[in-house]
Amino acid sequence: MTQTLVASPPPARPAGRGPGRAGRPGRRGRGSAANGGLFRLTPTSGLGLGVALVWFSVLVMLPLAAVIGAAAEGGWASFWGTLTDAQTFAALRLTVVEAFLVTVVNAFVGTVVAWVLVRDHFWGKRVLDVVIDIPFALPTIVAGLVLLSLWGPDSPVGVNIVNTREGIFLALLFVTLPFVVRTVQPVLIELDADVEEAAASLGASRFTTFRRVILPSLVPAIAAGSSLGFARAISEFGSLVLISGNTPYQTEVASLKILKFLEGDNQAGAAAVAVLLLLVAVVTIVALDLISRRVARRG
Amino acid sequence: MKRVMKAAAVAVTSALALSACASAGGSDDAETINIVGFAVPEAANKAIATEFNKTDAGEGVTFSGSYGASGEQSRKVADTDGKDVDYVHFSLEGDVTRLVDAGLVADDWNAGPNKGIVSSSIAVIAVEKGNPLGITGWEDLTRDDVKVITADPASSGAARWNILALYTHALAQGATEAEADAYLKDVFGNVATWAASGREATEAFKKGVGNVLITYENEAILAKQNGEELDYVVPETSFLIENPGAVLEDADPVATDWLEFVLSDAGQTEFVKKGFRPVGDLDISDIEVDGANDPADPFPAPAGQLYTIADLGGWSDVTAEWFGKDGVKLRFDKLYAAATKQ
Amino acid sequence: MAETSIRSRKGPVTYLLRIFVITYLAVLVIWPLWEVGQQTFFPPDRGAGGGFGAFVERLSDPSVSYAFNLTATVAFWSVVINTVFGVGISLLIVRYRFPGRRILSVLVDLPMSVSPVVVGLALVLAYSTGQGWFGSALASVGFYIIGTTPGLIMATAFVSLPLVIREVVPVLEEIGTDAELAASSLGATGWQTFRRITLPSIKWAVVYGVVLSMARSLGEFGAVKIVSPGAEFRGETATLLIQNRYTNYQEPTAYAAAFVLVLASVLALVVVSLIRKEDHV
Repeated sequence: MTQTLVASPPPARPAGRGPGRAGRPGRRGRGSAANGGLFRLTPTSGLGLGVALVWFSVLVMLPLAAVIGAAAEGGWASFWGTLTDAQTFAALRLTVVEAFLVTVVNAFVGTVVAWVLVRDHFWGKRVLDVVIDIPFALPTIVAGLVLLSLWGPDSPVGVNIVNTREGIFLALLFVTLPFVVRTVQPVLIELDADVEEAAASLGASRFTTFRRVILPSLVPAIAAGSSLGFARAISEFGSLVLISGNTPYQTEVASLKILKFLEGDNQAGAAAVAVLLLLVAVVTIVALDLISRRVARRG
Repeated sequence: MKRVMKAAAVAVTSALALSACASAGGSDDAETINIVGFAVPEAANKAIATEFNKTDAGEGVTFSGSYGASGEQSRKVADTDGKDVDYVHFSLEGDVTRLVDAGLVADDWNAGPNKGIVSSSIAVIAVEKGNPLGITGWEDLTRDDVKVITADPASSGAARWNILALYTHALAQGATEAEADAYLKDVFGNVATWAASGREATEAFKKGVGNVLITYENEAILAKQNGEELDYVVPETSFLIENPGAVLEDADPVATDWLEFVLSDAGQTEFVKKGFRPVGDLDISDIEVDGANDPADPFPAPAGQLYTIADLGGWSDVTAEWFGKDGVKLRFDKLYAAATKQ
Repeated sequence: MAETSIRSRKGPVTYLLRIFVITYLAVLVIWPLWEVGQQTFFPPDRGAGGGFGAFVERLSDPSVSYAFNLTATVAFWSVVINTVFGVGISLLIVRYRFPGRRILSVLVDLPMSVSPVVVGLALVLAYSTGQGWFGSALASVGFYIIGTTPGLIMATAFVSLPLVIREVVPVLEEIGTDAELAASSLGATGWQTFRRITLPSIKWAVVYGVVLSMARSLGEFGAVKIVSPGAEFRGETATLLIQNRYTNYQEPTAYAAAFVLVLASVLALVVVSLIRKEDHV
């Protein structure tokens, strides 16, 4: 399940978390600043560290290195050739464009959803709160099936999104729904009411209050949620398997292109696209780390 | 409340742990034949397995099958040193050859009278129910109102058969090589989707992605047996599809009995019932093939020529001329790139 | 959170936003889920039986129960591994000083941002017998990773690796080291300190992480698809089964299995939200 569930600090966790400490990922990074008293490694903990590092290398670092190795094997020219091949390039471009559009929609809608969940009160709100996480809790292949049952060939409303860009957009929108909501929500909850009151008493309209007072403190959270969502959208695979028809230039996305390279026995091609996706993942976590550190400094 | 939560958490965890243990403990001594195959023969192999279980050799044998794009399936077998695999059934000879090169399948796997071929079919054109577009043959695939679905030769064996069917159709019309290329490019320009495997192409067709599907005859018949809304047209010229099967060297000995049974009349009868054309000289006059256009005469010979891979010089020549890999662009790849270029 | 006048005031915009959000979630999430239920219990066509009986029957097919068993086994082991590793590495990152600590703390987040397909590809390129860096070495001692259950466990452990860590680290940072220092100054051993002081305070974070990992592991698809042989009774997990059946004229079975996974993930969500409440009351 879900980065989102995880990216979100439990909404009501108390104890001095200032507003704006949105994404959880980076909080860890501040450890050294927050924690003066770090222990030196003892023989036991040193051994533990050794074991942990070996496992982490075996499971994560070596395999990822193998991907980079495979991509590099054919040399720069072949790597570059693969990525700039018209069809591959079209797939990459489609992936980035779709992910970007989805991210923009999420930045807006996610904030609105978070706003309603925090500030509005109505019957059934707690249900909606759980619904937000469902897209992420669902296995991705099931997410695809879920969407197909409503928007597929047997659609009760007569809309068939299979093998269309709209279909990919919808699938990505579905799986990335929770990110922005879950990062913005806790910040909204902890937002200081006094400032809003002050702004209102000075004659600011509600919209002005929102734009000038509330929004600025939400921006880091929106940015953090958006980058998580963007990374997820770029790398999404399972929910698209049943929906995208894999038509070159039309509905072929990066992750499916990797699978196609693999199925077509072109490991180097698969590795080249994979390296690119890996790069996006690294940039995202570094960006998140920077965002949360900046916010932490301000907070 | 706290206690309730704790209890619930413990209960959930232990329930999962229990089911995990339950599965870990469940092994039995029965012989198992592990089949790795290309995307479409699953239903047929299952039917044959049921019959095989009724024979002395096959009594009590259990089966496990993995089906997918031929090339990838073959690679997976090679990648795992053929571990836990007994019998392979691929779309293309080359996919077995890879296992021969890896030392997993005996060199003489295709020395028998059937030349290693265990199932066969022909390339046909599947259309929407009632054939609203009035498709009669390969030449219609260049029409503007046609949206073709085919598997992608990069990963699928089915697709390579399809391409050769189109190519030999052009040859039958007396086209020169350049004219044949032009025809292929024309058809490729109409392709709505290049699916990863023959089965995924059928899936795309079912989902309404295009209106014409190039496929195996048996795949069209199977779809009709399963109640899909489609018809198929046997074109004037077609291509004989021959799928190889082989037993791995380290396989359970019962796998050899299995291969023998697959090639026997009883085995081929099951293939026929699922829409495959028989390998060998099985008399099929008594077999009803549900889902065929005419169940009493399920496998009409194409009116014109039925080409075979031998007519084109065999797979190694054809592959070397047409289908590049690892980014090398050969004849097909160039036409494909030219036709799909936006 | 105190209700203030400005916050509790409701204008037309409030209602507009409320309706928008409800509609959005209903169309995007709730309605499709409802349709899955429909497809599961009232399959639309081709004479497939409906109702609860047919649902149970589809699930009791041996290959389906094998798939769910395999999924549970794989999820169980990857959760065990990730919990031990996660708690350990969280303690190390938060409590100890060593070179590369900061880089490690960023790197452990990486697995969640990597595309599942890339995870599968990476494991194949490292460990497959035919072409992996270490594949033939491992095969020569009779150990195979790709195409076997250990491979499935590794793929699943990879994608769910950061979940426990992400839960435990913030709590460890928050509770600080005072109590631990006090305990050890009173002569407690490291293990005693961990068991008596540290563990009780991170308990709920661990449980939370475990539930999340479990849900994630049950549903892993992309990475598993690439490393698994995907055969009935041999490596076909529940998610692979859904795809295989869906593409093999057995849509009702696919929907039945999908429905079970939907239930499992909703259950996990409910457990998580209960834990959250429990944790903070």
